[in-house]
Amino acid sequence: MILWIGLGGIAGAVSRYCVGVWLGKKAQGTFPWATLLVNLAGSIILGLLAGYSDRLPEAVYRMLGTGFCGAFTTFSTFGYEAVTLAGNKRYIQAFSYVLISVMLGLAGAWTGIYIAAQ
Amino acid sequence: MGKNLLFVGAGGFGGTLLRYGLDEIIPAPLNGFPAAILFINLAGCLFLGWFLTYCLSSSNISAQVRLFIGTGFTGAFTTFSTFTVDTVRLIGNGQDAVAVIYVIVSVVGGLLMSCIGVWLGRKMSSKREGAAV
Repeated sequence: MILWIGLGGIAGAVSRYCVGVWLGKKAQGTFPWATLLVNLAGSIILGLLAGYSDRLPEAVYRMLGTGFCGAFTTFSTFGYEAVTLAGNKRYIQAFSYVLISVMLGLAGAWTGIYIAAQ
Repeated sequence: MGKNLLFVGAGGFGGTLLRYGLDEIIPAPLNGFPAAILFINLAGCLFLGWFLTYCLSSSNISAQVRLFIGTGFTGAFTTFSTFTVDTVRLIGNGQDAVAVIYVIVSVVGGLLMSCIGVWLGRKMSSKREGAAV
């Protein structure tokens, strides 16, 4: 079980890094689009998994939920980026980044759980 | 690029398992408040703020150590999706007040911990530079 969770964590962290590299080449400016995207997508996927958890084997739920989604999304980078934006006097960006991350993340988690319940 | 993936993946493995272990060990309060994930996210914010600030100011720490510990380990240790899904679950259980408190403490506390981490990192690097001169 522990090995599966760890493998899910490797896949999640590597995917997050790849999204960052890929978006880093495309997006302009200082707004942390990559972290916003992974946190939003991860919230939807974990919501779906949580909604389906009673129909999934526990090892699969643990690997994809605790492992992949847990490692794919990140709270520490979110906090660091918001504080860095504010430190560079980009207050509006920092404020909207925090607000959009939390609001859309909660909406994404709700959407995933809602779809799974249908 | 390939080598970078190896460092991020190895850090991700360790961070994920530490989160899983702490989540199993830290007892959950009766009202279902996600205390373990809150502790993990706040501790990760404090550490990453310190680490990235201290690391940016130091030429001794390589880009790969930064990927291993920052992007891999701490990134995977903390989690945003468990935070959002747990909050929606609390609301679904009718525990609206617990959910609101959880969101506020996580976000305000996380930002505060990141700030303290950055401040500590600056303080320690200026001390180090002072000692070098």
